Amino acid sequence: MKRTQKETEHSARAITRRSMVVGGLMLATGGLLAARMRYLQVERASDFRLLAEENRINIQLLPPARGLIYDRQGRLLASNEQNYTVVMVRENAGDVDAVLDRLSRIVNIDMQDLARARDEMMARAPFVPITIADRLSWEEFSSVAVNAPALPGITPEVGLSRIYPFGADFAHVVGYVGPVSDFYLESTGDTDPVLQIPDFQVGRYAVESRMEQDLRGETGSRRVEVNATGRVMRELDRIPPTPGKDLQLTVDTGLQNYAQARLSGESASAVVMEVESGDIVALASAPSYDPNLFVRGISTAEYGNLTNDPYRPLASKTVQGLYPPGSTFKMITALAGLEAGMIEPDETITCNGFIELGTRRFHCWRRGGHGRMNMVDGLTQSCDVYYYELAQRVGIDAISAMARRLGLGERYDVPLSGVASGLVPDRDWKRANRGSEWVVGDTLNAAIGQGFVLNSPLQLAVMTSRLATGRAIRPQLVRTLNGIDQRRDQTEDLGIDPAHLAVVREGMWNVSNFRRGTAFRSRVVDEGFQIAGKTGTSQVRNITAAERATGVTRNEDLPWERRDHALFVGYAPADAPRYAVSVVVEHGGGGSTVAAPIARDLLLRAMHGTVPPSSAYPVSQRRDIEAMHDEMQLLPLDPPTEAGRTRA
Amino acid sequence: MSFLEYTHKATPTGLRKVLHLNWALILLIGAVASIGFLMLYSVAGGSMQPWASLQMQRFVLGLVVMLIVAFVPIWFWRNLSVVAYGVSLLLLLLVEFFGSVGMGAQRWIDLGFMRLQPSELTKVTLVMVLAAYYDWLDIRKVSHPAFVAIPVALILVPTVLTFIQPDLGTAVLLLIGGAAMLFLAGVHWAYFAAVIGAAVGLVTAVIASRGTEWQLLQDYQYRRIDTFLDPASDPLGAGYHITQSQIALGSGGWTGRGFMQGTQSSLNFLPEKHTDFIFTTLAEEFGFVGGMSLLVLYLLILLFCIVTAVKTKDRFASLVSLGVAMTFFLYFAINMAMVMGLAPVVGVPLPLVSYGGSAMLVLMAAFGLVQSAHIHRPR
Repeated sequence: MKRTQKETEHSARAITRRSMVVGGLMLATGGLLAARMRYLQVERASDFRLLAEENRINIQLLPPARGLIYDRQGRLLASNEQNYTVVMVRENAGDVDAVLDRLSRIVNIDMQDLARARDEMMARAPFVPITIADRLSWEEFSSVAVNAPALPGITPEVGLSRIYPFGADFAHVVGYVGPVSDFYLESTGDTDPVLQIPDFQVGRYAVESRMEQDLRGETGSRRVEVNATGRVMRELDRIPPTPGKDLQLTVDTGLQNYAQARLSGESASAVVMEVESGDIVALASAPSYDPNLFVRGISTAEYGNLTNDPYRPLASKTVQGLYPPGSTFKMITALAGLEAGMIEPDETITCNGFIELGTRRFHCWRRGGHGRMNMVDGLTQSCDVYYYELAQRVGIDAISAMARRLGLGERYDVPLSGVASGLVPDRDWKRANRGSEWVVGDTLNAAIGQGFVLNSPLQLAVMTSRLATGRAIRPQLVRTLNGIDQRRDQTEDLGIDPAHLAVVREGMWNVSNFRRGTAFRSRVVDEGFQIAGKTGTSQVRNITAAERATGVTRNEDLPWERRDHALFVGYAPADAPRYAVSVVVEHGGGGSTVAAPIARDLLLRAMHGTVPPSSAYPVSQRRDIEAMHDEMQLLPLDPPTEAGRTRA
Repeated sequence: MSFLEYTHKATPTGLRKVLHLNWALILLIGAVASIGFLMLYSVAGGSMQPWASLQMQRFVLGLVVMLIVAFVPIWFWRNLSVVAYGVSLLLLLLVEFFGSVGMGAQRWIDLGFMRLQPSELTKVTLVMVLAAYYDWLDIRKVSHPAFVAIPVALILVPTVLTFIQPDLGTAVLLLIGGAAMLFLAGVHWAYFAAVIGAAVGLVTAVIASRGTEWQLLQDYQYRRIDTFLDPASDPLGAGYHITQSQIALGSGGWTGRGFMQGTQSSLNFLPEKHTDFIFTTLAEEFGFVGGMSLLVLYLLILLFCIVTAVKTKDRFASLVSLGVAMTFFLYFAINMAMVMGLAPVVGVPLPLVSYGGSAMLVLMAAFGLVQSAHIHRPR
């Protein structure tokens, strides 16, 4: 359109006016932007710089390697193996399902596990690494690494995982590790930041649990620069983790393995101690279970099998099991009588099969009675009437004091789970717990290890060690910690007259070596390896007067859970004691027939350091013993290496 | 003959046009683009790949396009305006109905050597068609309602098309840019007062109705508005970008961490670090001084465009120059306000700096129009 000069000038002026307005607005906006820039970059610069530092620096925890556990010869009982895992970050994966599908073709993954990992990954923030598979073989692990370009978001990682090479043999001693549970955090009040690491494992049972603070080590950390997706760009610095302390136990793998094998099939436990040092060399509880199951995550079905088993494989019977000691308690009553001066060793008491106390009859295990018994005879033949008589003279106060002196009723400081203190009853205890006064009948029952008395196999082994040495031996399980000797001084004397101890020891020698001894069948013919011991058969039921009249039902005819416990305590060699043993076979029947042979085998195995030669056994029994040893499935143990020894 | 046409004999011809180019403007553009190259080099971790070298090639191509546009007389472009506007609308419709198939929300047309975003093209063609319209229109009829309705329709059609793409940034830019053209052309201020008044009234009503029984929107819609207006209320969701961006910017301080020393952008905390959020890298590495320098360069470019517009007596040339200035201004003002947390996050690049072919070429062509107006101004 054509315009006149005037119109053009007018239009130009109008545009100029309006453009000045617009230009002014632009300038004002520019000023506003500049002011904002100044506010952010000058006035609040320090705030933002701080935020920026937090943005890019991330502290990562480095888990320490758990301390190793060795036996007394330096064999590894618990070690850490490399665990090849595959970790996935959803954010970097793109198509999660496609990647998982490709991964499952390379690696053998259970479909359920895969689905669970996928669900977890979807539930968490996209940058959180999730373990998809663990315990891969080296082949699987390397093929994941090789195929990395086709598996975005997948990282193969190497972690450490606990392994127990001897499996079930040490489940009750070494215990196991497991994941950190909420319950664990609450009950221990443990605030170590390392517990926040996913898949970190802590000791959950026995030595692993009780020595946790020593075994765990110090958590390390590293500061890394990360981007917004959490990807590590570079490491700024690191404080390396301090590995946990290595632990050497007093146990002997060979003996432990033999003991577990010897007890198999029974619900039983056995403790073998060095009498001089108090070292626990074997601590067997049968049945057992594979602790490695707990490390990997035990299935409900497997766990159900363990908890429903009437033989209670999860219980560590050596320290948790409490049993009436039965006749194994008689040495205490005898010593209490001698020390109190209430009886002379040669003084005889006549056994007619029972004594009468008011209207109640207290029976001897032998219906017809033993006749005239002195102290040694009373131990040898385990005459109950002798101890009923003695108990009435001595009284419960002296008996329970002697029991405590010999180590019963005390909770020993060994790093095991659920260590029980047992029960040495006295007047105060009965008043407080039963609400009635102590009566003489209670004393009679206590004198033969029945009634209220309860002891663990560990306590019985301690008692035996103290009888063998006359010193206040205390049990110990830890030999060294990071090479530093942890063993106690064991020289404290019990202050019992050696002559009195000698009487008791003679009785115990007779038990295993004299023709009339209750454990004569389980004797050792090899002179230098003879055993001194005591059998025990403890009732778990009351025998009524009516039953006695008609004849006591034989153990074999009773249901398993009502049968008597079979016990044996002893030490060997009898003339120069080295090892003490206690054996309890739950509902096993008689101490002489069931517990004594086991105790003999364990003591011989301990003394010989290998499977005992049949020459140690009476000729008539050798074939059976050889057959038994052939059947036992023992681990082929290499002699301990020098490297292992020095390392431990 | 228009005023220019009978005085054009005084305008330079042939190669002499090179001498009459607005060299200061070219220098300013070059300076801004160079800042862009530096930043793209930096965010790539000190590498020409993948962004800086390609951006340089596009800039060179853009310079050539600018010179070609500049050397063609401005009245030729006026005559082409309607066609250009029509073509860009056609392309917009094309991506609207065919571009979305298969590729999600595709906003471009693949030309082989580059991807053309019709919405970018529209920003210039809208300015052109509006300038041409007011050049044609009798000045006395400018504020006549019927003649206001026509340009409003010209603005709304591409605005709606880009809005439903959805490309909120471009839609806002077209709307405000177009309105500014009407204002510059002399449309009575009462129209603007009425529209602004109505908008303010509507927003007030919507906000005031919240929580009352005559509430105009659903609750969830209000919550969306909340996060849109105050991203900090959701720092790991919608507000993540803006929070990270402010951290990067603020940590720059007076003089910045130094070239290539930016931690936030190079560590991937920033989204879109090479496109919409590239200003944060500049601000982090060169601080307040660097950010202000860029702002001053931008304002100088605006000044040169406005001076050109005022100097030329041709209505089309003048309006086109002002329109280009306004578009350019909206680009960087919205981008910077967004990055600095003054405006909601809408996808608007930082002109001449952000990585992107269409915006660069279209802007260079637009500056070509300003250069053409400058060369072919009456003497």
